[in-house]
Amino acid sequence: MSGPDTSYVGIVLVSHSGPVAESVARLATGLAGGDVKAPVAAAGGTPDGGLGTSAELIAEAAREVDRGAGVAVLVDLGSAVLTVKALLAEGDELPEGTRLVDAPFVEGAVAAVVTASTGADVDAVAAAAGEAYAYRKD
Amino acid sequence: MTAAAASVDREAARLTDLDSAIGDADHGSNLQRGFAAVVKTLETEPPQTPGAVLTTAGRQLISTVGGASGPLYGTLLRRTGKALGEAGSVTADELRTALRAGVDAVAQLGGAAPGDATMLDALNPAVEALATSFAAAAEAAVQGAEATVPLQARKGRASYLGERSIGHQDPGATSSALLFTALAQTADDGEGAK
Repeated sequence: MSGPDTSYVGIVLVSHSGPVAESVARLATGLAGGDVKAPVAAAGGTPDGGLGTSAELIAEAAREVDRGAGVAVLVDLGSAVLTVKALLAEGDELPEGTRLVDAPFVEGAVAAVVTASTGADVDAVAAAAGEAYAYRKD
Repeated sequence: MTAAAASVDREAARLTDLDSAIGDADHGSNLQRGFAAVVKTLETEPPQTPGAVLTTAGRQLISTVGGASGPLYGTLLRRTGKALGEAGSVTADELRTALRAGVDAVAQLGGAAPGDATMLDALNPAVEALATSFAAAAEAAVQGAEATVPLQARKGRASYLGERSIGHQDPGATSSALLFTALAQTADDGEGAK
């Protein structure tokens, strides 16, 4: 669809826990190797460091990674899903081209960062992250 | 809105108790924080219309609650407010139609159906009963919340408990009943606007 080659899709990782979001961001960029070009931001927990979801932190993280090629938001559970959906429904809270990606949080984050760093557009990033649901573990 | 905030304040401990049985024990304190922010914002920048009061309040709840009830109640109030539009005053009928739109938006956002033991089990019968009176709506919401006791939760954290969620009143349905009770009390004191 869109996705000019001059910019990369941004990735936002939303968890109920600040440390979880930060760690998954480090894990994903680490496993993606030395060639991480896509901007990645963590938005975990509440602004005071508690467990929960913060609309403010999410919006801030999305603005931080927005390069004009879209922003893929990966979430863990419950209120993280609902808060991002509610922000998207608001229309003007998140950068244009932001989308909620239906993907497992950890595996999806790795797939998203790797794919976004190739310069893929936001649809390809979302598809790659979503495909991580298919990797069975038994 | 102020009555709703006061009611949430009074009942926060009970909501959190209900939530500690099947959730993560933060429903009361989350809503308390959200409604405190709502009251503060409405005092600092008082909106001009009932619709604007609701959209402003909804925006605050989405921003400050921190749990799933934030986006859910935030969406309820915002969609209801948007449906009311710019009108300077609102009839009970107009409020009912607008609340219907708000509740439908909540159902869409959360993906819950009646009988899943969620706030919808209080909100849906309340909006139906609003055709009769505000008091009937409040009563229907309370009954709807009580009716979640034998239900198995299918949404939210309580759904992880499976059958063990049976026998507990849903905290979200309970807080919805509080809000409709506050609405009924306020409506009795004057016109239908919150």
